[in-house]
Amino acid sequence: MLSRTADHLYWMARYIERAENMARALDVTYNMSLVPNEDITEAMFWSPALEISGTTEIYERDIGEVTAANVINYLAMDQRNPSSIYSALKSARENAHAVRVTMTTETWESINSIWLEFNQFHKQDFSKKGLREFCDWVKTRSHLFRGVCFGTMLRDDAFNFVRLGTFIERADNTARLLDVKYHLLLPSGQEVGGAVDYYEWSSVLRSVSALQAYQKIFNDTIEPWRVAELLTLRCDMPRSLHACFDEIILILEALSKSKNNEAFRLAGEIHARLHYGKIKDIFQYGLHEFLSDFIKSNDLIGQEIHKHFLSATY
Amino acid sequence: MAKTNTFFDEMISGKDEIRSIYSAYSQWLKDTSSMQLKSKNQEAELLFRRVGITFNVYGETDGAERLIPFDIIPRLLSSKEWDFIYKGTVQRVKALNMFLHDIYHDQLIIKEGLVPQSLLQNSQYRPEMFGVDVPNQIYAHIAGVDIVRTDESQFYVLEDNLRTPSGVSYMLENRKMMMRLFPELFRRYSVAPVEHYPQVLLNNLRAVAQNGIEEPTVVLLTPGAYNSAYFEHAFIAQQMGVELVEGKDLFVNKNAVYMKTIEGPRRVDVIYRRIDDDFIDPLAFNEGSMLGVPGLLSVYREGGVTLANAIGTGVADDKATYMYVPKMIEFYLNEKPILENVPTYDLSKEDDLKYTLSHLNELVVKEVQGSGGYGMLVGPTSTKKEIETFREVILKNPDNYIAQPPLSLSQCPTLIDESIDSRHVDLRPFVLSGKETSVVPGGLCRVALKKGSLVVNSSQGGGTKDTWILEKNHHA
Repeated sequence: MLSRTADHLYWMARYIERAENMARALDVTYNMSLVPNEDITEAMFWSPALEISGTTEIYERDIGEVTAANVINYLAMDQRNPSSIYSALKSARENAHAVRVTMTTETWESINSIWLEFNQFHKQDFSKKGLREFCDWVKTRSHLFRGVCFGTMLRDDAFNFVRLGTFIERADNTARLLDVKYHLLLPSGQEVGGAVDYYEWSSVLRSVSALQAYQKIFNDTIEPWRVAELLTLRCDMPRSLHACFDEIILILEALSKSKNNEAFRLAGEIHARLHYGKIKDIFQYGLHEFLSDFIKSNDLIGQEIHKHFLSATY
Repeated sequence: MAKTNTFFDEMISGKDEIRSIYSAYSQWLKDTSSMQLKSKNQEAELLFRRVGITFNVYGETDGAERLIPFDIIPRLLSSKEWDFIYKGTVQRVKALNMFLHDIYHDQLIIKEGLVPQSLLQNSQYRPEMFGVDVPNQIYAHIAGVDIVRTDESQFYVLEDNLRTPSGVSYMLENRKMMMRLFPELFRRYSVAPVEHYPQVLLNNLRAVAQNGIEEPTVVLLTPGAYNSAYFEHAFIAQQMGVELVEGKDLFVNKNAVYMKTIEGPRRVDVIYRRIDDDFIDPLAFNEGSMLGVPGLLSVYREGGVTLANAIGTGVADDKATYMYVPKMIEFYLNEKPILENVPTYDLSKEDDLKYTLSHLNELVVKEVQGSGGYGMLVGPTSTKKEIETFREVILKNPDNYIAQPPLSLSQCPTLIDESIDSRHVDLRPFVLSGKETSVVPGGLCRVALKKGSLVVNSSQGGGTKDTWILEKNHHA
């Protein structure tokens, strides 16, 4: 397979996943904002959404004042924001367009129709109405995209790069979400499992489609440390870091064809940590430190994937 | 369906009778309401848009993609008519390939005085190709021969496209669409299939790999996603199951071409290139080209890779060369030309220029190297002012133009705003050469959607139709 093709497929999947996660973060923040809370200002409330998407700095540059309306529109529709849902879907489509020959007709049609349907939201102000419908639409289209890939693509390198993009992006997003929310919802000094609003934690879980899973597994009240465990170490939770790396390690092994490369080695190292790690140890080390390390290593794997497969020089 | 008398109508004969091959279709049309046609039309548009069959129009500021309008009424040709076109186009392309071999080798046709020496001064003549042997002596592996019809049995060749002819994806996709929209019509008509085109092409391309290569690697080289025909490049590559590559995916090393893959370099044997000569190798031609592969020409000349079409085919489909094709057929094949040329005035000749300038309102004047319907004058439909402006343009460089009488292109029923009206059409069958020369029964049928217009180019408001070649045993 051409290196360029692999690159486009990988980024196509990353951008779709990014759009979905952006929609999830927006949706959950918006839902939480509907619950009255006098202790928190609008800016305090919406800043985390920027942090999760890693856009705090460019937001400062492009917009400045943090208000609900500004953040919603910046994260959903702003063309200046490369991580906005608009930009992510546009980039996904451009990447797909460049290599449509390598994907199944259904996969291409699924991506192309996302872009065509996007027109219906043109110039809509989501801070006024329609945000939830929009987020649902993004999530549904992302599900559909993965389903179409899974259901129609030949299990070859192309498929592997699509999946690789999905899971690298998802691992990054889950780690960021957990990191930001954990700190927001647990002000310093407060005891783990202390007076944390059930509604807020359930929203976090819902944002990664994990509320029902939580209830089923723990059958108990929502405890922050269990939320952390669920989203990091549980391999049966599809958006957890462990689940992402179960996939990543298999894909990199298949792609490496028993040739050594740094991406595969690094992924193995992280995978082992998630596979054999204990949540108690993670908290002892510090969840924030653990997640920061994870985000850095995951990013490093991304760079190694580029070096080894996507921009190979001879 | 009023018939405009001066033009040949594909469906209705002079006595307002339905031609026999159209009788079943005409009956079907009568039985189908305009509402039904309209909804089929909408369905087609929706499907095409979803599949993403769009093209970029150069010069449109928004760079937007749009659909080439698709007309849901097919053009029908009998097996007898097709036989004639088939033999005529095959004969023509064989002669053109022999001509190309000749002018890049012994130049016998010039020595015999049948074509002028000045042809070698044409910018499309590539001296780099002189003395280079290409596999099977095939230069134009893919040729799109534009044919118009003016009467029951009168067909003319308008031009031979031998560089990077496009449009075959419409032949294939239009057929798929028609079978999806109107399965009942395909039960009534036995229409010759076109779906095997990519397979025929791939076999031909494999056949022109350099000797001794058992499993040649074929790739399709595209200028990239922003090229107007990119959809087609992607489509054909996919249908053939070959890699769609851009210049930056290829590199040259020690007299071989390689592509960059996730597993390292891989040797490429045959390149079906959809990039013009000028842009294919920045070291040899346009040095500013970012689309090509540096060093490709030198590998090609040494026989390290095969290019399809060959470099330098442009000299044979140039409008100035066009008028010599009948002579080529006689000279190389010792046969009489089956398909006729349109009578052509060569404005580099004094007599022809004089005649043309005094008959501008009756003639069509074209740039020798123009394409896509740009830079031409259609005398009969132009204003005095337009004619005078064009006269100035011609006089600046008469060598750059040819003139032809306007052709009464045949017309075909076409769906216009929910009702049926007649519009002018042409046909571009795709002639494939490699092992043998053959034509898949069908082609790109272009239709001028503007009432009265004779310009069928998609860039000038033309659309496409499916072309049905009826099988011999057909009886509707």
